[in-house]
Amino acid sequence: MTDPQPAENILGRGNREGAELFRQWFAQLNQTAEQGGSAAYVFVMGSLAEILRTFNLPVVFPEINSLQTAVRRVAHEYLNQAEDYGYSPDICGYVKADVAVQLRGGQHPMGHIPKPAIAVLTNACNTYIKWAEIWERMYHIPIFTLDVPGTRAAGTQTWPGDPDFENDRRYVQAQLTELIALCERVTGIRFDIDRLREVMRHANEMSRGWKQVLDFNRNRPSLFNALTDGTIYLGVSNGLRGTAEGGRYFTNLVEEMAYKAAHGIGTLTDEKYRLTFVGVPCYPIFRRFNELFTQWGGTFVHSTYLWFASGGTNLGFEYDLARPLESLAEGVLISVRDAMDSMFFQDRALIEMIDSFHLDGVVYHPVKSCRTTSTGMADNRRALMAARDVASLFIESDMMDRRVVSEAQLKNRIDAFFEGLSSRKRQEAIAR
Amino acid sequence: MTDDLFDGWRDKGLDEALYECRELLEDTSFPTVRRWRESGGKVLGHFQVYFPEEIAHAAGVLPFKVRGAPIEAIQADSRFGSYLCSILKTSLELALSNRVQFDMFVTHPICDAARNLAAVWGRNFPYPSQILYLPQNANSRAAVTYLRDEYARLQRSIEAVAGRLVNDDDLRRSIEVYNRNRALLRELYAIKRETPWLVSADEAYVLVAVGGLIRREEHNQLLDAMLPQIAARTNKKQDKMRLVFEGGFCEQPPLDLIRAIARSCYVVDDDLLIGLRWILEDVPGEGDALFNLAHAYLENSSYSPVQHDLRKPKEKMLIERIRNSRAEAAIITAAKMCEPGLEEQVAYLHALDEAGIPYFISEFEEKMTTFEHMEIQLQTFAENILFS
Repeated sequence: MTDPQPAENILGRGNREGAELFRQWFAQLNQTAEQGGSAAYVFVMGSLAEILRTFNLPVVFPEINSLQTAVRRVAHEYLNQAEDYGYSPDICGYVKADVAVQLRGGQHPMGHIPKPAIAVLTNACNTYIKWAEIWERMYHIPIFTLDVPGTRAAGTQTWPGDPDFENDRRYVQAQLTELIALCERVTGIRFDIDRLREVMRHANEMSRGWKQVLDFNRNRPSLFNALTDGTIYLGVSNGLRGTAEGGRYFTNLVEEMAYKAAHGIGTLTDEKYRLTFVGVPCYPIFRRFNELFTQWGGTFVHSTYLWFASGGTNLGFEYDLARPLESLAEGVLISVRDAMDSMFFQDRALIEMIDSFHLDGVVYHPVKSCRTTSTGMADNRRALMAARDVASLFIESDMMDRRVVSEAQLKNRIDAFFEGLSSRKRQEAIAR
Repeated sequence: MTDDLFDGWRDKGLDEALYECRELLEDTSFPTVRRWRESGGKVLGHFQVYFPEEIAHAAGVLPFKVRGAPIEAIQADSRFGSYLCSILKTSLELALSNRVQFDMFVTHPICDAARNLAAVWGRNFPYPSQILYLPQNANSRAAVTYLRDEYARLQRSIEAVAGRLVNDDDLRRSIEVYNRNRALLRELYAIKRETPWLVSADEAYVLVAVGGLIRREEHNQLLDAMLPQIAARTNKKQDKMRLVFEGGFCEQPPLDLIRAIARSCYVVDDDLLIGLRWILEDVPGEGDALFNLAHAYLENSSYSPVQHDLRKPKEKMLIERIRNSRAEAAIITAAKMCEPGLEEQVAYLHALDEAGIPYFISEFEEKMTTFEHMEIQLQTFAENILFS
């Protein structure tokens, strides 16, 4: 038996190590680019890292590159460049920032991004498809769309054994086989199913840990802030999926959460109001946006972002390594489908979460840049309010474009929301 | 079941019949759908762009093409965020305001916004609402069998609504009706292309668009009667520029906008309501009907910004459309806030620049009411080319 870890080693480890792993990942990408190497361009909702790592392809997430320009407050320079090139102000800011990165030969605030050798995407977001077509035109590289049929109507998900599920699974599995053949052609490396098993084993460790971490935040006080800390975890879950380091990181993170739960250690916020966040973060004022809530004692205990932006790995689906390809198809289908459900049919999950996560309020954040997540939000909120008596806030801004982010207006709305929450709590106390 | 949903055109001359078609198209109370329902018929609303209407038709259900309308989205506005195209809001408004009543609604993952519609619809109406997952990987060898089975799933949903089963003969009969319709629409477009002075862009548009409002048998009768009369017109050829209109695959420009374009140009080809003309050839009647429909969707079809197919790079398809129709220029447009349309514009413009094809670029919205500015700009554009 090993000695218990000292508290100072455990507390905050997830954030420290997460930031370090993230930096290392970008450093490796920079090195690849500097050496003239190329990479696989992928997306967070179904990166297919399981297959790409089998072929030793470094993975680049252009969505993450783009949001990093916003976090580093230089997104406007990139957006302007893409708009000058012809892209409309009314399309996704992630796409435009990436176009500018490509036009700059891969130069990015975090280093040099390698060019793509292949692009692999799912249909979880239609913009992925249009985006990859841009690289196809720029670089004449193979692009592969893994088409993952989603849930057809609310509450009608099918499962293994159901003929409709099996039709979808066969389609996904056939495409995975085609992707493997394409990767063989692109890399010149022969497919090794044992290597795939090894990558899938690491992915299993990560998915298992990720689900546990998310579940831990039912704890009162919450153990991490889903908007800030959660985004760090999410970065690792995407960038390092299928690696030993990534798997170990999440095992350690579970240990940290268990320790905090056992010792009653929450976040730095004096937790008065437990909130969940629906949508994509406001990256142009990332920290400040969160502070607008924490200064009132509001903590984000969960976020739909942690579901869909992890490609649905929040479900904790673990692959059966005895039948890797079939299980990979099942896992990708179920997980990516869940990511889509988290955007289109999230009302039911949110209603369930009110009790299980002891929520005081739901914050909807539609953004101009992302119709996938934002289109149905107002209607979703109506359904939530009809089903449950819970406070909710609807604030529009953007994930990239600071021209659409008005901090003063946001603050005004958020302050009013908390005044309402405070009044609600007082009335509840009187009623008791 | 009623005999005729739309009989206003019968026993009328060409111009009067076209007038009646225009009136029907602009009537946002959708009298044909109301008439169908009053006679006990079921209605399946399907959002743009393509839908295998044959399956609904075979079940005796009226397929209604949901394509928005030039109305105010009074109730629908509160269901959506700010940065969305108009068609999404007005389509929902049509249903919320009871202008059209459905028994089933189907949307498709054509864009990030439209794929939300099944969920939104499902929360607002008691009837079934679903997403038809048309394949987004048209290049997979498994796509056609997947789609065949997806159509079978859809068929079961429609049968539940229709209260009857669909057999192979039903499907074959419907495919025949639609094959005839596609042939007639090809004939109409051949007139546009070869003798555009015989049919203006707005007249042709009206004739195509009413097809989304009535039974396809009736549409065939209408086109059967109109096309010979159009071909027999004695209009003189005018000195107008031949151009292709691109950008009308989903949200539709106002009819007056198309009319304004027609005043100064011949629109010899376009992608307006491309879903009604998606399949380019007859679908075989023999064999597995659903497989044949799936195969035709993937293998014998047009192109649009909302279908990704490595064999059909959109800018190359546009250049082909321009060359095949012997157009001198193109109008490259997109509905406001239409992400796929706006994204595609960049590729179109770079390709047109490279090919040396002049283009006129614009945006539109279905609720637009003034076109003078655009018309003057377009006239100037056309004159610059004609007299250069």
